[in-house]
Amino acid sequence: MTGDTAPKLMQPKEYKSSVKPVWCPGCGDFGVLGSITKALSGLQIQPESAAVISGIGCSSRMPTYLKTYGFHGVHGRALALATGLKVARPDLTVIATGGDGDGFSIGGNHFLHTCRRNPDMTYIVMDNQVYGMTKGQASPTTDPSWEKGKLTPCGTGVNPFQPLVIALASGANFIARCSSSDSNGTARVIMEAIRHPGFSMVQILSPCVTFRPEQREWKNLLVPAPVEATSDPAQAARRLLTDEGMFTGVLYVGDRPAYQPCPENRIDSITELDEEFRI
Amino acid sequence: MNRQNLSIALTGSGGSGVMTTGNMLLEAAAQAGWYGFMGRSAGPQIRGGEAAALLRVSSEPIESPDDSFDLVLAIDPGSMGRFVAELPLRTDSFIVSDAAGGRRSSTLPETPAQVVDLPMKKLAKTVKGGRPNMIALGAVAKMIGLPEDSIYAILENILKSKGPEALEASWACVQLGYAAGADLPKFDGPPINTQSAIERWQITGNEAAGLGAVRGGVRFVAAYPITPATEVLEWLAGSLPKLGGVLVQAEDELASINQIIGASFGGTPSLTATSGPGLALMTESIGLAVCSETPVVILDVMRCGPSTGIATKSEQSDLSIALHGLHGDAPHLVLSPTSVTDCVFTTQWAVHLAESMQTAAIVLSDQSLGQTRAIINRPADLSFMAKRLVPEQFEENYLRYAVGESGVSPMAIPGQKGGQYTADGLEHTEAGAPSSLPGDHLAQLDKRERKIEGFDYGQHWADLEGEGDTAIITWGSTTGPVREALSRLKEQGEDIRLIAIRLLAPERPEEMAVAFKGIKRLLVVEQSHSKQFYRYLRAAYDLPAGIKLFNRPGPLPFRPKEIIEQLADWGTES
Repeated sequence: MTGDTAPKLMQPKEYKSSVKPVWCPGCGDFGVLGSITKALSGLQIQPESAAVISGIGCSSRMPTYLKTYGFHGVHGRALALATGLKVARPDLTVIATGGDGDGFSIGGNHFLHTCRRNPDMTYIVMDNQVYGMTKGQASPTTDPSWEKGKLTPCGTGVNPFQPLVIALASGANFIARCSSSDSNGTARVIMEAIRHPGFSMVQILSPCVTFRPEQREWKNLLVPAPVEATSDPAQAARRLLTDEGMFTGVLYVGDRPAYQPCPENRIDSITELDEEFRI
Repeated sequence: MNRQNLSIALTGSGGSGVMTTGNMLLEAAAQAGWYGFMGRSAGPQIRGGEAAALLRVSSEPIESPDDSFDLVLAIDPGSMGRFVAELPLRTDSFIVSDAAGGRRSSTLPETPAQVVDLPMKKLAKTVKGGRPNMIALGAVAKMIGLPEDSIYAILENILKSKGPEALEASWACVQLGYAAGADLPKFDGPPINTQSAIERWQITGNEAAGLGAVRGGVRFVAAYPITPATEVLEWLAGSLPKLGGVLVQAEDELASINQIIGASFGGTPSLTATSGPGLALMTESIGLAVCSETPVVILDVMRCGPSTGIATKSEQSDLSIALHGLHGDAPHLVLSPTSVTDCVFTTQWAVHLAESMQTAAIVLSDQSLGQTRAIINRPADLSFMAKRLVPEQFEENYLRYAVGESGVSPMAIPGQKGGQYTADGLEHTEAGAPSSLPGDHLAQLDKRERKIEGFDYGQHWADLEGEGDTAIITWGSTTGPVREALSRLKEQGEDIRLIAIRLLAPERPEEMAVAFKGIKRLLVVEQSHSKQFYRYLRAAYDLPAGIKLFNRPGPLPFRPKEIIEQLADWGTES
């Protein structure tokens, strides 16, 4: 060793921007913001080498509050935009963030197909089972008997969407559930998700204290999964279908290769393309 | 009649091989040193149904269908009825039909043309594995003066993957057809010129647009299959990897447009291709590209609308949605190529413009340009390449959306240290932070408008040709027939101006005022039932007093004669 000083380590707070979040006091998303910055710091990902992509909703404001590159796009399309970025720029660490409405309702098709396609990126869904930004409507993950939804005063009567089961069935390779109240535990899972090749799905139960104040109780209901992550999809399916949505931790890890576009067969000059048209 | 150019149609039921035959005939024309093109007309069926290959060959470059057809090869006579409206015939036109060739019926539709019989089916049956379409190919080659051996080379090339037996059977049929053609009417085709020193290409409009895109620098494409744009994607899927680029088949058009926005945000010039229904789905996110100032190009190969419309047929009816379909005040670029050849230039230019101004460009091609295979002179190499303004170094507080004189602010690319920002569809400050303040909104609206309004587009905004006090104004694929009409009139000593707009948005009022100078009568030609182009012109420009509209919906193409008639029959309307 010479006397060179070690490079300065990036601290979690150095990943935060100066923009003040729009979130309500007590919102679970503050905890997730903290976990993301801890994970980026934990992996020492340089802010300019990461891009955080989102759609619309409370949790989709995330990129603005980070010092990485970011894209706050339109409602439901975060995964599509992130896929384009990752395919064009495989060198970047790409993280998509959003909520249950953005990801599973308006963006449901992209969720299915991004799980299938398996690009090497991490999807963090802050699930609060409600549309907060539009002030309290039922979301795809809302319990059918919830009667406070302003558009569904008699409850939705509709079966809730089970994101992790769907993720598994659609081909996601890394499936985890976390709680926004466990900042360090969630940070560790996000680090693992980022390191995992392929599409990593991280559901974070993140209470909406304004429209779902009863979710403050989540921190008492969520329990670490009593078993290790499985690589057996059948076993994972059984667990995910029977844990009532309250087991946290990494629940499934597969080894399907990440999305790889067509191999290159480079030509020396673009004018070689003219040949096929020449008479 | 001057038959230095010939219009020939091949009709048949699906599976009878009319498109293959048409392509071979066009290839033979190309080898003979001719120019020409082949358009496609087909029903919606995947297989089966009726199909027509519509060819025109000439000694000179051409880009318009003629007024009528000289020769129709009705391989399956019963299927010709479907194309009566698309196949105008004269009393001296010929239909070569097969009285015993019908799959369901052998009855030709009522026609002014002369009908001659060629037992294509019967002749084909004398050859093991023989097919009537190859009899037709041999016959038509003989009738228009193409040498027999030139056909062999083409068969060999096109059928090589099908094995020696298929080649042998086809060649035997072509020879039989060629011999039988000796008893059929003769047409004076253009002179054979196998020593032409001019480099010519054979290319479709869709391929040309794809080539323009990659010449402009596009290296990422995401798209969802849709008629009649799919061939753009098929060509790009094969070509992009050769250039280190990527095509992703997306799950829908919403994904397509957002994937290309993501890739472009990452610094890669990006494009998607679609048709009207896909464009409608994309409009919200095109607004995102405008607001976040992320350059993208959307190629819309138009077809008849609304809704699913007629998916396989051409129309210029996406103009309004391309111009006005984005919500909010969202200035962007709308361009349209004026010919198959121009699909290369206009698409390349669109990439250049979108990248230069960090905005969205919509290119309006259409089915008749996109799916027409043409023999053209080699398109010029153009210097327009994607050139984005990217900062080389960063101040302490980098302002992604800095408001400057040109309206174009330096765009950091992920990976650049110190350039981190959040691209946003929310209105934002210069730094990119969300803002609902009226001052920020106005400043950014002004900026996004200014960069497009103030850009120097040079002479490419329109094709301006001819002289005189009468002009025709048009855009897109209808430019071809208008050009031919004007060239015919010029031969008769009548000089009329052409204004074919390539840059439809932003409007160019100053340039247009110059273009309109001295014009007393203006004929507007467009393929839209609701007069979309006419209404656009009325809203955007001060038009000359004497104005007349010639519009109709797709799918029937405009023919030069009709345009000449419109000019002659100006009447007292003006």
